[in-house]
This record gives sequence, C-alpha cells and structure tokens, in this order.
Amino acid sequence: MKTLDVPLKAKDYRSDIEPTWCPGCGDFGVVTAITKVMSELNIDPDHVMAVSGIGCSSRLPLWLRTFGFHSCHGRALPVAVGAAIANPELTMMVTIGDGDMFSIGAGHVPHAVRRNFDMNVFCMDNNLYALTKNQVSPTSREGRKGSLTPYGTIDIPINPIDLMITYGATFVAQTYTGNIKHTTDLIMKAIQHKGFSFINMLSPCPTYNKEETFKYYKPKVYDINEEKVHTDVSNRLKALEIAATAIDHFHDAEARIPIGVFYQVDQPVFNDKLNELKTRFKTQYGSPEKPDWNKLFDEFTA
Amino acid sequence: MAIDLTIKIGGEGGEGVISSGDFLMQAATLAGMQVVTFKSFPSEIKGGYALAQLRVSDEKIYSQGDGFNVLVAFNGEAYEVNKSLLKPGTALVYDSGEEADFTPEELPGVIMYPVPMSGLAKNELKNYIVKNMVALGAVSELFKIPMESLRESVKKKFSRKGDDIVNLNYDALNAGANHVKNNLKKTDPFTFPAPKPKQDVIIIEGNEAVAIGAAMAGCTYYGAYPITPGTSVGNYLSNFILGLGGFVYQTEDEISALGTCLGASFAGAKTLTATSGPGLSLMSELIGLAVMAEIPVVIVDVQRGGPSTGMPTKHDQSDLLQACFGTHGDAPKIVVAPINVEENLYLTIDAFNLAEKYQSPVILLTDASMALRVEAVARPDMSKVKNIYREVAKENPENFQRYVVTPSGISPFAIPGKKGQAYAATGLEHAENSGPRTNPETRVIMTDKRWRKFDNVEKEWTKNELEGDADAEIGVISWGLTATITKEAVARLRKKGKKIKAFYPRLLWPLPVDAIKKFTDSVKTVVVAEANYQGQFAELIKMKVPIHDKLVKVNVYRGEPFIPVEIEKRLEEIIAKK
Repeated sequence: MKTLDVPLKAKDYRSDIEPTWCPGCGDFGVVTAITKVMSELNIDPDHVMAVSGIGCSSRLPLWLRTFGFHSCHGRALPVAVGAAIANPELTMMVTIGDGDMFSIGAGHVPHAVRRNFDMNVFCMDNNLYALTKNQVSPTSREGRKGSLTPYGTIDIPINPIDLMITYGATFVAQTYTGNIKHTTDLIMKAIQHKGFSFINMLSPCPTYNKEETFKYYKPKVYDINEEKVHTDVSNRLKALEIAATAIDHFHDAEARIPIGVFYQVDQPVFNDKLNELKTRFKTQYGSPEKPDWNKLFDEFTA
Repeated sequence: MAIDLTIKIGGEGGEGVISSGDFLMQAATLAGMQVVTFKSFPSEIKGGYALAQLRVSDEKIYSQGDGFNVLVAFNGEAYEVNKSLLKPGTALVYDSGEEADFTPEELPGVIMYPVPMSGLAKNELKNYIVKNMVALGAVSELFKIPMESLRESVKKKFSRKGDDIVNLNYDALNAGANHVKNNLKKTDPFTFPAPKPKQDVIIIEGNEAVAIGAAMAGCTYYGAYPITPGTSVGNYLSNFILGLGGFVYQTEDEISALGTCLGASFAGAKTLTATSGPGLSLMSELIGLAVMAEIPVVIVDVQRGGPSTGMPTKHDQSDLLQACFGTHGDAPKIVVAPINVEENLYLTIDAFNLAEKYQSPVILLTDASMALRVEAVARPDMSKVKNIYREVAKENPENFQRYVVTPSGISPFAIPGKKGQAYAATGLEHAENSGPRTNPETRVIMTDKRWRKFDNVEKEWTKNELEGDADAEIGVISWGLTATITKEAVARLRKKGKKIKAFYPRLLWPLPVDAIKKFTDSVKTVVVAEANYQGQFAELIKMKVPIHDKLVKVNVYRGEPFIPVEIEKRLEEIIAKK
C-alpha cells in the first residue's frame, strides 16, 4: 500500500462528480466509510483503483478521486484481476452490487477467490435490481415481487456469506451500511487483510425495497465478534455455522442477522506466487529489461 | 527446371503423422530448401484422419500446392480418403505386410512402394510408436531427403529424453531406409532438391509467429482461455513470457480473458488475447468497452469453420464481418490480416503499435490453416523493430482531462500510479473529464472524436500490396491466407502470358478505400477470392466502393483452403470471356 507524506482529509478522496443516487440510499454510507478509511490509512489516491460493473452501486468509482474503471455488467472482477497482475502496487477495491456479483458476473467470482488476489470486494447488497427499476436479484427473499415476477418470485435466494466462505475467500465479513462506524471498521480490516477480502454490505434501497429497510435491519443485526458468538475467526466450520443463519430472517421473523468478521486466514497471495515464478525465470534470456533476443530465436532454429 | 515436390502423409491422429511432417520440414529447411506445409487433424485427441503435407522447391513457393506427387499412407483410411487423387504418375508409399490394416488395389499408373511400417516397428524395433520414423526413413531413401538433416532434427527433438530414445529413432529411420535399399527399386522421377547451405532462419508455426511477435512488441500480459485453434498462441507465449517479465494468465472464460486484458492495459501493460470465432462472439461486449474507454488491446482471432461450434480444426475466413461489426453501437476498431506465417509475426507487432497509437482494440485475423502452417522465416532483427507505446499524459498535469478533445482524436493516456492523472474510465458516454454525460453536444463531440482517430489509418499504415500488369483488365483482390494462394495463381497465369493484376490488403477495416478504389477503377472486372460463403470482404468493399456491376466472387467454404489451380482456372475462365 502506497501512503502519502502529507495526509488528506476524507473529503479530499472524493471527486468533483456529484453522486446520482437517490436520497437515503444505503450506498452513501459506503462512500463515506471508504474515504474515511483511506484518510485514516493515509493512502495515496494515485495508487488506488476502484473497479465496478453496472448498477446503482457500481457508479461508486466515479465519486472517488482515485483511479477507477466503471466496466461492463458483471465484469468488474476480470478487470480488477488484470490490473492487479499488471500493477501489484495498486490498492484494489471492487465496488459492485448483488446483481453484478451473484448473477451476471457470478462465474468470475470463484476464480478470483481461489487465486487469493490481494483485493477488496465490497458488495452493496440491496436485494434487488434498482437501476433497471425493481427486479428480483439472487439475494431477494422468496415471494418478493419484482417487475418481471409480479406474482412474487418462486426462487430461493443464495447466501453470500456461506458461498464466499465455501469458495475459499480468506476474509469474509458482513456489514450494514446504516451503521457507518461498523462499515468503516470492516473496510479498514478488509484493506489491511492481505488476500481476497469480501464484505457483504446490507445496503437498503429506499426507492424500491420496502422490506429490507434501515428500520428493518437496525433491530435485527448483531455483531458476532462483539457479542462473542464468534471469537476465533479462523475457525471455518464455526464461520459456516453462523453464516448458515445469515438469511434466516427472510422466513423467520425472530431471526437476527449476523454482521462482523466471519472468517479470516492468512494464505499466500497470487502476486507473491507470481513474483516467485518471475524470479525463477528472470535469467531465461539474460534479463527481462534487456533480453538477449537471439537466445529466444535460437529455440526455433532447426 | 525447378524442382517442385509435394509429399502428403496421412494416417490416424496420434500415430505421428503431424510430427512426421514437422521432421520433414526441419530436414528440408536444414538442407536450404523452400518449404510450405499444410496440416489438418480431427477434433479428437486420438483417432480420426490426420494429414501433413509438405511442398518443397528450390525456388520461391507460396501455397501448399494443387495436389501431391507422393502419398504416404500410414493406414487404410488415409489410402481410402486419397484413393481418387492417386493419378497416374503419382507414387504411393504404404504400410504393408501382416501388421498393416489394408492392402491397396493396383491403380493404373501409380507407382507402389510397400513398406512394412507397422511390422518393422512392432517386430524389429519392438516399439510401435516409431512407425512414423520407419516411414520417414523409407521416404528419405526413396526421394533423396538428406538423412543427415533428418537425423539432426530427430536429435534436436529427442535429445532431452535421453540417448536411448534418440537411438531408437535413428534405428527406426535406418530400418525404413534399409528396407527400401534391399527390397524396392525406385521407378518414379521425384527427388528432393540438392542440399544448399543452411540459412539463418527460425522455423515457426503461424500461432508461434504471433506469440513471438507479441513478445517482441513488448506484450507483458496475455489473457488465455483455451479454444481450438487459437490456444497454442498462449501455449507458445507461456514458454518464454516469464523470462521477459510478462505472464500468461488462464482465465475462466473468454469474457474474462479480454476483461483481464483491459484491466492490465488500463494499468499500463501491453496486452493480448488469442481466440477463435466463438470466443470472439463472447468478447463482443468488452470490445465495445475498449472502444468507449479507449483502451489499447490486441485480439487475435484464429478463424475456424462456424457458425456455432462449426468445424473447430478447419480453415475458414468467415469471421471478417463479425470482427468489423460485432459490437453494438457505433464502434470503430481496426482489423488486420497477415497473409503468411512471417507476417503473423510482423503484423502482430504492427497490431500492437496500432492499438497503442490509436488507443483502440485491434483484431488480427488468421485461420486454422495459417495457425498450423510452418514456414522458415529469416531470423528476426530486434534492432529493426520499432515499438510504439501509447501517448501518456505528463505527471501532475494542469486540469487533466483523460478524454480531452484533440484534432487527431487521440487523448493522452493516464497510468495508475502516476501523479495527478486519476480518473475513472467508463463504458458510459462521458465528457472530456470522463464524467458520465448524455447531453446531445457531448454525445456528438465524443462520437466524432472516437471515429476521427481512424480517419487516416489508411495513409498512416500502408501495407497494401499490388502486383501484376498495370494494363490488365482483370483485377483480383484477396486477403489472409487466400492472398498467398492467389499469388501463386497469378504468377502461373502471368507465366502463361495472361494479363492480370492483384491487390492484397493487410488493413481490412477501416477499409483502405482510396487504394481499393484506385485499383478497382483501373480494371473492368474485379474478382474477390476468399474462403467464406458470403464473400464477406467483397460485401465490405461494396459498402464503400461502387463495384457492384463488375464484381465476381470466388469462394470456397468446405473447411480447406483454396488450392492454387482453383483460382487459376476461375481467373482463366473470366479472362477468356472478355
């Protein structure tokens, strides 16, 4: 992580472009938290890249004074992976929504995870598609009505926490964006974690989601680390046990919603392994900076 | 008289047909000859009919030839497939004896050389795997292919596996050669040209040439997803790119292959992905993103028979329109096509330069036959290669705007890590500062800017080739591998005293309109030869140049390249009608 000699305030990490989100959108809390963390860590914004796909939350990189790539629907992870390989010094954030992450781009997720890239994926989960005006998403509760499912969806939602632990992400957490302090703390932990960090961010959509609102979440969420329900975050089975309850609230009015760090382990990251490979081969043609081309061409002579 | 000999080897996939062709190629090149190869194999790993064809001459040759002089049949299927082509005067070297799976009939005028390839390998050498080397030994003895050259290439290939393996292969070569010496009498007129001094060449396949060109261009990131026949570009590159500071990353699909390239290119790397038709289809959306966000990237489409899965191992030139137009919206891009293996190398370097200069996706079209074709190419001279890198903004620029409107349409690039250049690229229509914008003025200005970049490509990158008689009334246009085959047809016609001229572009899109118009205006009939059903390049020309009333399309779409005599005959007919 590249840091600055002269610190910047949180607002200095914001670009001049005004957010187009609806008033009351849960995603505002994420911008506030990200810029706060960058300021606290003194991160050099010229060495930060925020990559997104398409959707309301994916506009986020445009609001930051860092490098950003607002790519195509579902394709944030490949873009982030390519940039991370080409420039390992970048602090990499992927700021996307539940549609990008678990629907159109779901095929990319396990492959970025299993390589353990040192990147931070912040999934702003509003349980629906908002930019296209209210359709159900893979994280919508059964029975939810959307413009394409006016009768209420008969689909079973996926459980993002459960899924990401199973895929093998080395940092898996959940936050609720109505609690900016909690969101900020988790983003701080994610960025400081070396490896693939995933935070599912319960981020209410005030325009289309009349069920999972701030009012809905506030009494239900509980911090599993603070309440000492989960103290050894390297315990994968325990993490999965708690994760299994993460979407119980969809069908159980009494169920509480776990937030906090579910799982965190240290594992070798992709770019360190790639560096080892590059070191192993760096004298193959003399040096990568000034290769002896004839040595390469000699491999193709008769 | 020039020697012009074509040997075709056929057999079951997996029994060394393709490697036999490679050994002959190497041996012929070591002996200083001109060689063109053609290979074809089934989609299956084992089984199915595979063929390797080798044409050698002591003079310059372009194509794989019209047919063959010698057929080497490893099995009954190879014999059956080629039986109708065994004309009087051709020679057949075939697997004979108790271990062979067939016995050919007596064909009129065909010279027959029975060689117990399977039998000698199994019984004498105790190893069936060297059947192809027995055959090569026999072929070498029959047609005066220098045994020393053959042994040298065998040694090079197998020395890593130890002396025992090298010696086993030597023994197999000898067994085949001795069988001919002791049992057969040569009655055909075919011989290899006399050996000449060894040239300073590299022997490379089409896909290998692309990989080498990419390395020479400074490519440090390759997004790879396996697809026949494009995969081997990545295979080859992965053998040497780490030593050059780069990496081949195998992705989960073609979308990711291009997506990672765009991310890496955004971060400053020169990037490549190679694919084939189905992969190009999947990449379409992200090609549009590269256009909109102005990110340099090179995409190689090794074309195969489509649509859908089509014929994955077969030759076709039918992705041209997809390459030019396969993206939604008004999306300008560059499409280029090399005509031979050597150009696969140098046009790949050019493709990188074009991508970098114009901050654009560049699609380089080759095909399944080109991918496997082997050519001896003069050893590249790195000191003569000029690599371009995108124009980059100064550090700490005043009021930096990533998409600042310029007369050329090209705006200085920003590289993450550089001071004061931060911006967010987006696939949304945007203003000069990259902020999303949909007002009519911005839309028009930015669309114009993106297209303006390519106004002068035709003048700035001139690789068109013109040949033939200035006063000819018939002009033929052709691209990619078909251009190389057309060259041979044109040479033959001119040798016969027929007047003809030809135009072979390398830049296909944007269409080099001025050069094509000049050419087509100068003739009464325009023949466009290409390997697809629709006549895709002819249609492309018709969009921009009014040649409708003098156009003749000549097409093959059977999964194999043209043979020169097909083009020669069609052109001859057209000339005769005039």
